[in-house]
Amino acid sequence: MSWAEFFAMKGYGFYIWGSYGVTLLVLLIEVALVRHKRKITLQQLRQMHAAGDEE
Amino acid sequence: MNKLSLPGLLLLVIKRDLLLAMRRRADVLTTLVFFVMVVSLFPLGIGPEQEILRKIAPGVVWVAALLASMLSLGRMFSADYLDGTLEQMLLVPQSLSMLVLGKIAAHWMLSGLPLVLIAPALGLQFDMSAQALWVLIAALLLGTPVLSMIGAIGAALTLGLRGGGVLVSLLVLPLCIPVLIFGAGAVEAVSSGMSVISHLSLLGAILMLSLVFTPWVTAQALRISME
Amino acid sequence: MAINWFKYSAPSTFYGLAGRLVPWFAWPAALLFCIGLYVGFFVAPSDVVQGEAYRIIFIHVPASILSMFIYLIMAGYAALGLIFNTRLSAMMATALAPTGALFALISLWTGALWGKPMWGAWWVWDARLTSELILLFLYLGFIALQASIDDPRRADRAGALLAIVGSVNVPIIYFSVKWWNTLHQGSTIKFTGTSMHIAMQQAMFTMLLACWLYVIAVSLVRVRSIILERERNNQWVTELAEVKR
Repeated sequence: MSWAEFFAMKGYGFYIWGSYGVTLLVLLIEVALVRHKRKITLQQLRQMHAAGDEE
Repeated sequence: MNKLSLPGLLLLVIKRDLLLAMRRRADVLTTLVFFVMVVSLFPLGIGPEQEILRKIAPGVVWVAALLASMLSLGRMFSADYLDGTLEQMLLVPQSLSMLVLGKIAAHWMLSGLPLVLIAPALGLQFDMSAQALWVLIAALLLGTPVLSMIGAIGAALTLGLRGGGVLVSLLVLPLCIPVLIFGAGAVEAVSSGMSVISHLSLLGAILMLSLVFTPWVTAQALRISME
Repeated sequence: MAINWFKYSAPSTFYGLAGRLVPWFAWPAALLFCIGLYVGFFVAPSDVVQGEAYRIIFIHVPASILSMFIYLIMAGYAALGLIFNTRLSAMMATALAPTGALFALISLWTGALWGKPMWGAWWVWDARLTSELILLFLYLGFIALQASIDDPRRADRAGALLAIVGSVNVPIIYFSVKWWNTLHQGSTIKFTGTSMHIAMQQAMFTMLLACWLYVIAVSLVRVRSIILERERNNQWVTELAEVKR
């Protein structure tokens, strides 16, 4: 079985890779969002902290 | 005041809310006009073929009733919330659930009952048979109180929030789907010559369940929103 | 042996614990995804009736199961939060909701892509697809309610009540949709009986486990951010190494 054949999935390639591709994309986006939120939250906390020290 | 029995309390709240509503009759009429208008728009959008209209009539009437009852939910607690009456209500020694039940009953009489009464006229627009009209009335009578009760939970949760009107529909509409299915299903069943008993009894069961639980849940929601 | 379970219900303790646990869920999840996909695509044979198209099942079924399961877990945390007044449970419920909504969305998307070759239509008002759609609406309602309340305590408790009401409603909704569907002669995807090949089952369960671990990892990271936001004025937060840096 060649790779081209594998990706064609006997004509169902669009549906199968459409499902898995979008799922993978969405999960990666979620991971990125969650990590971004953590970064932002920590940044804000540091700013608050720094502002508190100056006073 | 302290000697007030529970049914007495219930009647008092209903009377008070009805009296207040009678001073602002336009509010009640707006809901009703909205209902009539939405239902009348469907033939214009779909076309005048009576065969199709007869088929979609139960669904259209029910969806319109659902939307119309959403409209008036915002008013259920907001006036009392704004003038501070609600805070007093949370403090009374009597059961808050009973007070809430009274408010729900009043809300239904003002927004649900008029819909039930006007629905047969709208059914005629859709060429429904007399038998189907009776079933429609029965199903609406059983179903619209449930809409008010589930709506009360949403109204209590979104009390005083910005964008409360849209939000309450977002919360309440998915929860009302069983009522829509059984209500419209009953009318469809009679049109296709099947028994309506199962649909109506399921609606009745939902009504009983909501009657037991929703006033208490709404009371809890009010306490959460007011603290 | 007496374990003080409430010890970990303090956000300050849980914050550290969650941080240590995340890699233990994230890496096995990634590994199991790879194994599940390998078994699903290279070991499992094609189905007699559906050909290759059935391979969507390996993501569709785990996503559907988890989207429902997460709602129940969310409602469970919400109930705990209401009963014991533990802030952490409410935060867990808030952290789980977006992932649950996401899995409902994935389930709908993959369902549509499976439906097209099998039924010839992207969307069919099948009982399970319809219930999944309503479940998505319930998640969106929960998220929208919490987002529009500024006071965190009220947001927690209002969301909790909504989640509990929703979870009581889910079986009623499912039953009513199923009833509606049978009356209207809807179609359903039926797998060829119990004759699922053993490799297919293995792939599906591996993927289910992988998704479950993924959900735990993501929601733990999310709940850590929520804890930091809520507790930002507390002593222990300002003393954290990652904040001091």
